[in-house]
Amino acid sequence: MNQPQKVAVTLDVNGRNYEVMVEPRKTLADTIREDCGLTGTHLGCEHGVCGACTILADGQPIRSCLMFAVQCESMEFRTVEGLAKGDELHPMQQAFWENHGLQCGFCTPGFLMLAVGYLEQSPDPSEEELREVLASNLCRCTGYQNIMKAVRQAAEAMRT
Amino acid sequence: MTPWVGRSMPRSEDPPLLKGDGRYVADLTAGAAFLKFVRSPVPHGNIVGIETPDGAIVFTGEDLRDVGPLRPMLHRADYTPVDQPILARDRVRFVGEPIAVVVSDSMATAEDLAEQVFADIEAHDPVIGLVSALDDNAPLVHRDAPNNTLVDTRHEKGNVDEAFAKADEVVEFRLRSRRQSAMPLEARGSVARYDKRTGRITLFCSVQAPHVVRTIVADLVGIPESQLRVVAPDVGGAFGQKYCVAIEDIVTVWVARHLQRTVSWIEDRRENFMSSFHSRDHEYTIRGAFDGDGRLLALDADLLCDVGAYSCYPVTSGVEPLMAMADLPGPYDFQTYRVRSRGITTNTCPMAPYRGVSRPVITLAMERLMDLAAQRLGMDSVEIRRRNLITEFPYMSATGITFDEGTYLQALERAVEMIDVEGFRLRQREARSAGRYLGIGFSVFSERTGYGTPAFAVRDMDVTPGYETVDLVMDPSGFVEVRIGASPHGQGLATSMAQLIGDELGIDPQNIRVVHGDTDRTPYGWGTFASRSMVISGGAAKIAATQLREKLAAIAAEELEASPDDVTFDAGRATVAGTDLGIEISTLARIAYHSSQKLPQGCAPGLVTQATYDPTGTFSNACHVAIVEVDVETGAVDLERFLVVEDAGVLINPMIADGQVHGGVTQGIAGALYEEVIYDESGNILTTSLLDYLPPTVAEIPAIEIDHLQTVSDATITGAKGLGEGGTIGAPAAVINAISDALRPIGVEVNEMPATPPRIRELIRATERA
Repeated sequence: MNQPQKVAVTLDVNGRNYEVMVEPRKTLADTIREDCGLTGTHLGCEHGVCGACTILADGQPIRSCLMFAVQCESMEFRTVEGLAKGDELHPMQQAFWENHGLQCGFCTPGFLMLAVGYLEQSPDPSEEELREVLASNLCRCTGYQNIMKAVRQAAEAMRT
Repeated sequence: MTPWVGRSMPRSEDPPLLKGDGRYVADLTAGAAFLKFVRSPVPHGNIVGIETPDGAIVFTGEDLRDVGPLRPMLHRADYTPVDQPILARDRVRFVGEPIAVVVSDSMATAEDLAEQVFADIEAHDPVIGLVSALDDNAPLVHRDAPNNTLVDTRHEKGNVDEAFAKADEVVEFRLRSRRQSAMPLEARGSVARYDKRTGRITLFCSVQAPHVVRTIVADLVGIPESQLRVVAPDVGGAFGQKYCVAIEDIVTVWVARHLQRTVSWIEDRRENFMSSFHSRDHEYTIRGAFDGDGRLLALDADLLCDVGAYSCYPVTSGVEPLMAMADLPGPYDFQTYRVRSRGITTNTCPMAPYRGVSRPVITLAMERLMDLAAQRLGMDSVEIRRRNLITEFPYMSATGITFDEGTYLQALERAVEMIDVEGFRLRQREARSAGRYLGIGFSVFSERTGYGTPAFAVRDMDVTPGYETVDLVMDPSGFVEVRIGASPHGQGLATSMAQLIGDELGIDPQNIRVVHGDTDRTPYGWGTFASRSMVISGGAAKIAATQLREKLAAIAAEELEASPDDVTFDAGRATVAGTDLGIEISTLARIAYHSSQKLPQGCAPGLVTQATYDPTGTFSNACHVAIVEVDVETGAVDLERFLVVEDAGVLINPMIADGQVHGGVTQGIAGALYEEVIYDESGNILTTSLLDYLPPTVAEIPAIEIDHLQTVSDATITGAKGLGEGGTIGAPAAVINAISDALRPIGVEVNEMPATPPRIRELIRATERA
């Protein structure tokens, strides 16, 4: 059977350039996981509902399972691997840790990137706005209580 | 020092998970070929032939004819075992059943090739739904299972007919629970790594019980267990769905051995909905006999569980019907009980445990019974519970289950106080006069936890789970490794265990590593399920730690010339009570390994202990209260408040305990209001994406208030009672009772979950027509 032609793409992820050869049909999420080796971005549904694959594209939270790598040449991406500085956790990671905002951890990278991306643009959201934004992603373990708590705490830490 | 137990310590599991350094099975596929399963598009039929694309590597049931079948067993006359082929050969029995497997170097090409496999299937009429399965003219899902019945069990205690004859009030109703999926956010998957030097396979798989997987996979593939290592890496949620063996994991190992190379199978969401396990598809007929004071005199129940096309390993298709039968009476005091409980096979995805197993449904049944009886008798819904709850312990139920001490009534009273029932009733009346419908619902229940071999043995299982073993090793530097047979996957057990052992040995939990989920590194165990790990594995760890402490005390006594009985351990030091004599625990560890000539006589070198714990079980309990507002125009339900007063005994890490309650309650609310796996009449599954299945987001879940009672029961040696499932068990009844309470002025009774807007509207319309 004919293999689809691969295309050369340069992806800027967490400030580093990855030169990869991908089939045009390969999603950004698969490319980041398999070709860039950054497996912190998770796939929960591959149809854009669960948000586990959320990363930042030019600062905006996106579903990386709903984009193709070949669309992404000139964009800057940030994934969960880019949040901490060495052992120093990002305030959002720290708040998730302190508030038990994760159990199995599978949805966590997506929630972290969603919340960081949103708060960088809207540093002081209302409770209502925060709920609406966090309703973009699914968590099956925590019941969301501690995720809300963690994001509120991180919002404060990120403002100061 | 303040004990570590009881502190809300942040979890040691978290930093890697937060940094994207978690290792889930899909992160381990480097160098592997990919498997794609070809699945049956029809629910019932005969396979006439399978055409495969030229040049592709494809295996079918013919290739695997020597493997299996899987035949989960209960050794009891009321159970009918059935065979499940590893890949379907002659017949297919549900949409999604694996027929063939394609192997390719990339997932994408494997999927392309799978599209080109054509299975010629002669379709038969499918058996869909409990009613049609039990029809006299129904086709048979399995030729050797008459009446499509896999389990048909009865229990009777006391004179039921007499009790009903003299009852002042008989309440009868039918209750329906629609099919659910545990829906872990990470679907299933496995990587079978082939070691060319030894032929040994390492199976990385997303499971809850790696040792059990090793046993059945090795048995079916026909190799000694030592030729297979099973590793559960980070597991992205499971909730029961990953307890029973995935047929696909068996195929993965077989293909790896056959091709002598590393292969992987990563399930996608559609496959997970079609082919992973479903749960809680039940229909009950419940009759309760009450006296005029609201005392429940007798219960008569007919329970039907749709168990799908096959029996799951190791717990079998009996897991739901047998638990429903045995646990239905719940925390209510009555001894006259008649029940028939059946497991019915249909052409749908097989059933397996999902958090709580049958208990969310049987709790809904008992709690609806209490509310309906109260309504008939003109009694308050709290008062009727007060009059029926068990209050003396130990209490033996009508099915012979012994309840250890609990706080059923106290939890109810505390909840009544916290929720301010009187204040609510006032507000409810005001709202009603303004055309708004508010309701309150109670759910009082027991959560049987931490049950070992004695409890499972009652089910006559071929494979009887129960005990847990812990290996505890202190290395020469004083660092402790705890190797456990339990296999946590998000419960924070590594943190809680370290707190428990830290207190026993007087060392910082940071110096304790818990090793789990690897059959090469851990003692044989039953994994993590049934709210058992803290109770059973924790209990074994406590015993092992006590043994290790005694050995350390003997070494310290020798060094310090004191009596071992006077040596205490705290903050990393052994000290002699009432003196200033002391020695670092790490120094004792050095002596144990490196200066064994100094050890007391008869004391072996090294610091290694092993202990096993196998308790009969304990009961956590709770009272849930929901306050809802129902929009009678749309049928939408808004959850205004949700309160949990629960008693899980000693809380090792209260923050983790609360997290279990939050998550459990959320899954219970999901089952009560939103989630449903739907098949059409011809057996096609209609809910194959997360958009169809409707798991709730943060927008649907209210703040969950929690209050703890802490009964110290002697049924558990750590004092912890286990609480993984309680939230899910209790929440549906509280929500459904609250909706019924809200709609009582218009005569609507809700006896079905999920109570979706269309269902609520249909009930309202029916009362309007009547």
